[in-house]
Amino acid sequence: MSNATAVLQLRGIHKKFPGVHALKGVDFTLRPGEIHALLGENGAGKSTLIKVMTGVYTRDGGDILLDGQPIFPASTGDAQALGISTVYQEVNLLPNLTVAHNIYLGREPKRWGLIDWKTINQRSRELLKNYDLDIDVTQPLSSYSIAVQQLIAIARGVDMSAKVLILDEPTASLDADEVQSLFRIMRSLKERGIGIVFVTHFLDQVYAVCDRITILRNAELVGEFEAATLTRPELVGHMLGKELAALEDRLHQTTSESAAAPALTLTQVGRPGTLEPVDLQVAQGEVVGLAGLLGSGRTELCRLIFGVDKKQSGTMVFQGKTIHLSSTKEAIDLGMGLCPEDRKHDGILGPLSIRENIILAQQIKQGWWRFIPRKQQNAIAEKYVKDINIATSDIEKPIEQLSGGNQQKVILARWLASNPSLLLLDEPTRGIDIGAHAEIIKLIRQLCEQGLSLIVASSELEELVAFSDKVVVLRDRRKVAELTGSDIQPDTIMRAIASA
Amino acid sequence: MVNRKFIPLIVTCCLFFLLFGIGSIQFESFGTSRVFFNLLTDNAFLIIAAVGMTFVILSGGIDLSVGAVIALTGVISSVLISQYNWHPLAVFPFVLLLGTGFGAAMGALIYFYKLQPFIVTLAGMFLARGLASVISEESIPITHEFYDAVSMFGFELPGGAWIGTSTIICLLVLIAAIVVAHYTRFGGRVYALGGDNNSAALMGVPLASTTISIYATSSFLATLSGIVYSFYTFSGYSLAAVGVELDAIAAVVIGGTLLTGGYGYVIGTLVGVLIMGVVQTYISFDGTLSSWWTKIVIGILLFCFIAMQRVLSRGR
Amino acid sequence: MNAFLSNPQLRRYLWPVAGLLLLLLINLIISPEFFNLTFKDGRFYGSLIDVLNRAAPIALLAIGMTLVIATGGVDLSVGSVMAIAGAVSAYLIVSGVDSLTVIIAGGLAAGLVGGMINGLLVGYMNIQPIVATLILMVAGRGVAQLINEGQIVTFQHEAFSFLGTGYFLGLPFPIILVIITFVLVQLLMRRTALGLYVEAVGANASASRYLGINARAIKLSVYCLAGLCAALAGMIAAADIKGSDANNAGLWLELDAILAVVIGGASLMGGRFSLVLSIIGALIIQTLTVTIIMSGIPPKFNLLIKASAIILVLLMQSPRFQQQLSSLMLWRKRHG
Repeated sequence: MSNATAVLQLRGIHKKFPGVHALKGVDFTLRPGEIHALLGENGAGKSTLIKVMTGVYTRDGGDILLDGQPIFPASTGDAQALGISTVYQEVNLLPNLTVAHNIYLGREPKRWGLIDWKTINQRSRELLKNYDLDIDVTQPLSSYSIAVQQLIAIARGVDMSAKVLILDEPTASLDADEVQSLFRIMRSLKERGIGIVFVTHFLDQVYAVCDRITILRNAELVGEFEAATLTRPELVGHMLGKELAALEDRLHQTTSESAAAPALTLTQVGRPGTLEPVDLQVAQGEVVGLAGLLGSGRTELCRLIFGVDKKQSGTMVFQGKTIHLSSTKEAIDLGMGLCPEDRKHDGILGPLSIRENIILAQQIKQGWWRFIPRKQQNAIAEKYVKDINIATSDIEKPIEQLSGGNQQKVILARWLASNPSLLLLDEPTRGIDIGAHAEIIKLIRQLCEQGLSLIVASSELEELVAFSDKVVVLRDRRKVAELTGSDIQPDTIMRAIASA
Repeated sequence: MVNRKFIPLIVTCCLFFLLFGIGSIQFESFGTSRVFFNLLTDNAFLIIAAVGMTFVILSGGIDLSVGAVIALTGVISSVLISQYNWHPLAVFPFVLLLGTGFGAAMGALIYFYKLQPFIVTLAGMFLARGLASVISEESIPITHEFYDAVSMFGFELPGGAWIGTSTIICLLVLIAAIVVAHYTRFGGRVYALGGDNNSAALMGVPLASTTISIYATSSFLATLSGIVYSFYTFSGYSLAAVGVELDAIAAVVIGGTLLTGGYGYVIGTLVGVLIMGVVQTYISFDGTLSSWWTKIVIGILLFCFIAMQRVLSRGR
Repeated sequence: MNAFLSNPQLRRYLWPVAGLLLLLLINLIISPEFFNLTFKDGRFYGSLIDVLNRAAPIALLAIGMTLVIATGGVDLSVGSVMAIAGAVSAYLIVSGVDSLTVIIAGGLAAGLVGGMINGLLVGYMNIQPIVATLILMVAGRGVAQLINEGQIVTFQHEAFSFLGTGYFLGLPFPIILVIITFVLVQLLMRRTALGLYVEAVGANASASRYLGINARAIKLSVYCLAGLCAALAGMIAAADIKGSDANNAGLWLELDAILAVVIGGASLMGGRFSLVLSIIGALIIQTLTVTIIMSGIPPKFNLLIKASAIILVLLMQSPRFQQQLSSLMLWRKRHG
């Protein structure tokens, strides 16, 4: 594509953080009047790229051209002034201000030196009519649904003379009708010549509105494709790093077929808005892999099983007993454990020591009055530091000072120390270096040999193939396939993920 | 349908009329314009300070230094007037400038070092009271013809109510504050900060200058309140106005402003102060009730308003 | 020394202990008699004992405040709770109750109720701690005055007065009470997992939820404990003056208690706590006051110095300030 027809062009963008090379020479070209999907799994570099475009981060290398002119946005305000507007999933407007004030904040029209509310309200009303919104603009933003708020955010952005509109996961919390009306707006904006960058993890939506697709993986550009000619399996292959044709058929070594007693049985377990009812059976000593793209419902399923969210339908039988969890404490008492996906936010207790982080689950299982003596704590911590190779000089070091991989091992150790019979691992290998990655895979294999049941959610197909006895594929918060035995191969999983 | 955002304000106003009504029914001379305007006159300094507090709380912060700034203002003014023979009209701009700088410094500490407003303004409170007592531990009387003139100035309303200098200043501050809060960009930014810091920044609100201006405004008004306070007392004393910051916070909350910031109105704060004044007046009219009931009633009102806000924001 | 510095647990003690030692050193230089200890009639006398005795109320409050702050909260009402507890005890004595147990139980019950109100508001109604405890801070003094009927209630009760003025094992009894409270709370926190839970709730509320820690109950209990500590401090204050002064008992002491915890190095955001450090913080505050008097600086400078100390401590804890400081050092190294 020649420069003349590109409204926004990024060339060879580099971005480095301490210890992470988050973007390695990525190119991206947006034409006016197109909807361009930006895809990639977590950690692929999408959000970093967007933050570079919108001035949240400054790039370490490469060029950004807007209408052929190099630009250097230093803040979101800068980018906005240049004509690049962004709308995020969690609408970044102010819930307490009125709808009209949100649209005009920072550029309020004045009369006699004072803010002219009449004009603001009137103009906002007219503006929103273009978006099929006929609402009371003097109400606080928070009195409207997320979908409406998102349209208001789009209206604000476009009204501030946007040439480029970036929509970051806008559909994640919308229902089907709301998505359709958002698409309608997107198409009409496209007709007005605005270039739209659309970040999403719903593949159906990509095909529904997008003209072209750019895919990132591991901080690098995989390629730019025409939506009309890229097939679904090809798309998934690019995202997950496997070319379908290049996949060698590898037979899965099946372990002892499910003669073992079921450890956990889910029958139609679900939660409206979070997960469609799911059936699932996990046998003693079995590893069940949960496959699916980001947002497919993997994390949601883990949370329901562990009682973080309460299930609203279906029955759950754990070790022969029907259970109704109302808190995670009950799950822990029953012998479950969960390594959450967002390690930093939900997993580690940053300022506390490695020792304390390791013994906590067991302590909670025992109850607060039966304190684990310090000597025993040290012994437990030392044992796991050695057994699973946590790289640290001192078990008293705050866990926040460890690398991601070692933090993950500490969280694993926390649950292993509590002697569970079912362990849920949500993306256990995300964001950790290759060495630690291999060790964690090895550990998962060892654990199931010791009779532990495991549910492992992962977006790495190789990984799932390597350790799963059974793979459950989720898409759009629904179970779409269950693969066993020789069916567990990267291409079959991929086909299931991509199937329409 | 009534706009939801007005509910706390409406409750506040109804409460005021209810209390004033109860007083008027019970006591003959209660429901007069004189009693009403006395509420304004007696609490003018508190209203001014509470208006400043309103801006701080709307932005999601808190300012514990208000009472101490009032005392410091009184001490500095009285020393300059009585010992250095400055004219009050020269002193006032000087102390207002000092006060504004003091608030700006607190704002800067809060923004640039990411410190909690509560602990920074607590240090500010110690600092201001400390300075005041270093300057003078004794109460310093102010004798100056300007102060006499100030206390004489005013006019009588029909019904025997007296509008004096403090009341006039207080009303002017109120009008100015309402205009600033609701008709200027700065006002919008204050609400924006109270709504969500991150979003505000993403929408182009300059956090640093807004934060600093908010605390500067609060201290400016506290200083002005200190000047008005000296009109009542004709003196400056380092232990004056102890706990006024708590009264101001209570007035703001009872006035319907959400303590977590983002929702509320300056005018509500006026009604908040008036409610506290009515409670006090009622108790003094009654004669059998003791003054400590004021504190208890204000505590209960605080609780009720906080609980109401909780319920309202949950329904949101 | 190196081993000492590399241990993160011990390193936290460095600044507070150094601060206290510095203050003591200043005292040693300006008035060596500060360290004189005499033993007469089975009692110790001297400035050091005085400092400890006067620091007792702040230290007691600081014990409770430490736990509250560790959960990411703050309790502004402890001063008012002190007043209430003092008033309740005085009321009981004046109305003819003689049993020391009943009097003390009455005071403690008042503190427990106060703490429970705070804990319910913070833990179960999710009201911000500053706001929630402000209510009791304002209303509490009114309640205390109500109990006292606006008077300063004086009383004669030897056994109760012992709490404030008695001697035990040669030491003023308030010091003994602080030691007992410290030991009990320390045992409760560090010999059960409660301390760990408190730190977990303060360190990462979301992760604690995943771990099934009942944050509400934890918060309720620390506010209750803070209320009990405040009640004890209030009874000591009342016993000391043989009366209950609802206006002045514990006035502004909540601020000193918060200060003690902050000087002890705890983060107001919650997380790690150390009771020992907070008590060192309380001792620093009291020693500072005495040092100012001893050094001939008029006591009116007290607040000013205290304010400067807080600002300094806050800045030292701020990551941004540390960064600026170290880049300044680097710059000076390069250019000087």
